[in-house]
Amino acid sequence: MNLSFHIVVCAGIVPDPLQTLEPVIGDSGPALKNEMLLPAVLDPWAAHALYEAAHLARGHAGSKVWLVSLSPRAKLQQVMMTVAQKAPFELVALDGPAGGFTDSAEVAGALAAAIEAIPGLDRSRLLLFGGWESAARGAGTTLAMVGERLGIFDQFQGVDELRVEPDGSLRILERVEGGRHQISRCAGPPAVLGWATGSLAEPPNQPQLGMQNMRTILPALQRAQSVALPAAELRFVRVALPSQQRQTRIVRDVAAEEVAREIVDWIRG
Amino acid sequence: MTRPGSRAARPALRTLPGDDVRQIMWRYAERYDLQMLVQAARSVARGLVARLVAEGARHTHEWTEAKARMLEAFDEAGLTAVYIDPAYGGYIEGPKNLALALVAFELAWVDAGAATASLATALALAPIHERGTEEQKQRYMSLAVPAPGRPPWRGAFCLTEPIPYVGVETGLLSGKARVAEWPEDGEPILEVTKRGRFITNMGFANFVTAAVDSGDERIQGSCMVILEESDPGIFDRGTPARKLVHQLSSTADPVFALRVPASRIVGGYTVRDGVLVPNYDHAEIIEAVFRRTRVTVGLMTAAKLLSAVEPLIRYHRERFRGGEAVAPGTPRYELGLQQREDVLHRLVDIWATGEAAASLGFAAARLFDELDPLERQKDAILASRGVRGGLAAFKALRNSQKDALELIALEAAPEDRRNQARLEELSSDPLVRFLMLDAVANVLCPAAKLWNTGHGANMMREAVSLMGGYGITEDCPGFLGYKWMDAQLEATYEGPEAVQRRQLSVTMTNEIFLAQFRAWITEMRRIASRRPGTGACALASAMSLWLWTLEHLEKARDADGVKLFQGSRHGVVFPLADALAWLVAVRAQILDLVELAEKGPQNPAVAEGLEGLLAFFTDLAHAHVVRAASEVGRICATLVFGYNRHPAWDDPSAPACYREEELASIEGLIPGIAAYATESEALRADGSHPAKAGPCVRFEGLEDFTRLRAKLDGCLTGGQLAKDRAARALTQVMIPAALDYPA
Repeated sequence: MNLSFHIVVCAGIVPDPLQTLEPVIGDSGPALKNEMLLPAVLDPWAAHALYEAAHLARGHAGSKVWLVSLSPRAKLQQVMMTVAQKAPFELVALDGPAGGFTDSAEVAGALAAAIEAIPGLDRSRLLLFGGWESAARGAGTTLAMVGERLGIFDQFQGVDELRVEPDGSLRILERVEGGRHQISRCAGPPAVLGWATGSLAEPPNQPQLGMQNMRTILPALQRAQSVALPAAELRFVRVALPSQQRQTRIVRDVAAEEVAREIVDWIRG
Repeated sequence: MTRPGSRAARPALRTLPGDDVRQIMWRYAERYDLQMLVQAARSVARGLVARLVAEGARHTHEWTEAKARMLEAFDEAGLTAVYIDPAYGGYIEGPKNLALALVAFELAWVDAGAATASLATALALAPIHERGTEEQKQRYMSLAVPAPGRPPWRGAFCLTEPIPYVGVETGLLSGKARVAEWPEDGEPILEVTKRGRFITNMGFANFVTAAVDSGDERIQGSCMVILEESDPGIFDRGTPARKLVHQLSSTADPVFALRVPASRIVGGYTVRDGVLVPNYDHAEIIEAVFRRTRVTVGLMTAAKLLSAVEPLIRYHRERFRGGEAVAPGTPRYELGLQQREDVLHRLVDIWATGEAAASLGFAAARLFDELDPLERQKDAILASRGVRGGLAAFKALRNSQKDALELIALEAAPEDRRNQARLEELSSDPLVRFLMLDAVANVLCPAAKLWNTGHGANMMREAVSLMGGYGITEDCPGFLGYKWMDAQLEATYEGPEAVQRRQLSVTMTNEIFLAQFRAWITEMRRIASRRPGTGACALASAMSLWLWTLEHLEKARDADGVKLFQGSRHGVVFPLADALAWLVAVRAQILDLVELAEKGPQNPAVAEGLEGLLAFFTDLAHAHVVRAASEVGRICATLVFGYNRHPAWDDPSAPACYREEELASIEGLIPGIAAYATESEALRADGSHPAKAGPCVRFEGLEDFTRLRAKLDGCLTGGQLAKDRAARALTQVMIPAALDYPA
């Protein structure tokens, strides 16, 4: 039985979450203040998907990972200087706007078209990975639409674990309410998995691996097709940051259990 | 067009400069290997290293398990193998000076002890890399590369000894090598004894490269020798040094008494008339090593200064928030202490120093990357001519020196009036290129070490003071208090400031360097004509003044007739070296600004905010040039005038003294002359003189100096306006919501 996979990870880039993120209305609609100038990172949800994809591929000989990204090319190139060190993959780059103010249907269309054009991609072995949400937009709609456009109807969201059974079927844990998981079984690929955090730690940077990856990443960046997202049908009624409350307290010499208890008490109010 | 100094609205500095900006300025935008290395080093620095510092790992002198985790993180992130050539298991092709400089910069952004720990094995390997035999390179380089299932060997470089031996004076070695056995037709066995002091990595080093002198008439001179922890004898790691700085690195005072084969002499040896003659003495080796590694030390302090900018802005802005009377939207809430000009101006000084220090350090690192292959070519060419050794090589290069001077003149000449064929011929001569780069490297390296760490440490004190009482607590964001202390070590180790000044006092008079320095003056004027707000013109004036002063001092004598410019006269040559360091630092700052202006528009991510960033960097450079020019002017004036005796009223040779009635009678002959006379110089009828020390000093023979000095003073015009604008930009720039490493 062939237990190898072709795993395509859809991943956008977002401003580093530690930056000051201030919505502004510009000439072309809403945006974040100075967004092009802010350091970017791979969307954290999608990054988990990439690490899980690399882990899965490593455990199943013959598997291969592609990372498909629709982002401003110059920014994507910077992000690749870190991401390329984390896991082996082949990049498919689309040069276009990223962020929370694009039309997810248009983004999904562009991503689906790019995936369909990947040479040598075996759709029967395809696992489409991505984040079930995004740090730029919490709607969680893009990946599902990419799957639909590719004709993949076994879709799972909020995935924390994927296990490949000996018969080739997939055992998937999806997050449900109350910190519990729903266990699903799927006969096998193709399938869409929108990852939550998974269970893998972020791999350390390995410049050696990154330099290997860059042999294919740089040409991919150079031939990145420009994608316009006119968003003619899109209208933003209101743009605001989610309300947040930051309470920072520096403590020393306090046991982790004590800290955890205090946080639980705080959440319970 | 906006005139320099204009009050017209200028584009604002929108964000702090990011990686894409720095890659252009520090010239590694095309080096993806280095960009990745930076990210790898940063993740260790702002992750594990920052957590170690925050958890208090610096509070012990011992080498601990927590600190050891840092080495594993270096291994995993590829930092341990940076120094190693691919032939021995490394992964970065070509010279590694810029690569090591970037690693040092990133780690020192959080903690320079981590940077020292990361680089110490490279320092131990450097003698082998620079002068080792092929067998030595193969063994130790390969062992130092992390490999699956085998921890890498780590090394220590052991030169410094307990007082009164080698330290500031690198020639006085008490460590000795003696012949313990010399089997017939076999390899001699050496007995090596050495006590080390302040030796980095000693807590865990597997091998040591130690400098020792001959303690045996069968060994000629000094050498460096490789010691392994399993060698027979005493390999005592010693007690940890009770240092107050760089505590994340292991430093101890080891004792060695080991037997090693003579093949461990770095670079090998020959036997002449029954005497073992090392191919390189220890001085030759450490010269080759330190001239590279000192640059990275200079960059550690540069990183600290630039790392202080964000926490300082955040602290100043948020200083009054939370107070009942301070409502959001009010200037006190939004700007906090940034309402005060002093806070802003001092931060401008800190940022400008950091910029110049980084620019100078990275320029020096790049220069060594260029120089390294040329040096090997030069060695090969000389070896093919049968030339080896310092003096013989110096003589052999004499003809090339003339060629180098010719090439410098050709390069400075207008393109349509120079012999292009000759220029190309000389440009392609590796000996000529070597001499030109070597002359500059011999200035930039000590200048980067001296200025970055010495002046940088002073500016770190400023940074700490700008945090108020918070600055000297462990909780200070950005660990600024630790960084201030650490900067003092950086000014000391690998050759303290006096050593750098001594080196500069020699290398700054090299005629090949000076010829290039003259070309730099022209270069700065040309930049100024294109970018008048940068201060490049003022810098050119300051450079001219420095050059005039040097040439004057080389010929001048003091009031007692003693020659002024001599190596032992530190009061003369050291300040002049300091002034030169200021000049090369701000020149590097301007060159990086020009690079950004020219290349920035090609990168869309940089181009968007480029106008505001360039306006700010231009003002920053201008304000800093004014500071540098003021220093240079002060130093030059002090030296030019300070060694002359002040005229006295009773000095018969004092030409200034005349009586009031004499002046009146001459006025009768030449009406109006009294208006040109200095009344305060005239003696009164009763022989008394005005209430001052003596007649004012005349400037005979120094007219050129006073002209240049007056011109330079005029060149300071607009510098404070630039500083005001840079200060305003600090109130507008958007900073991240939080620091990206814990405090």
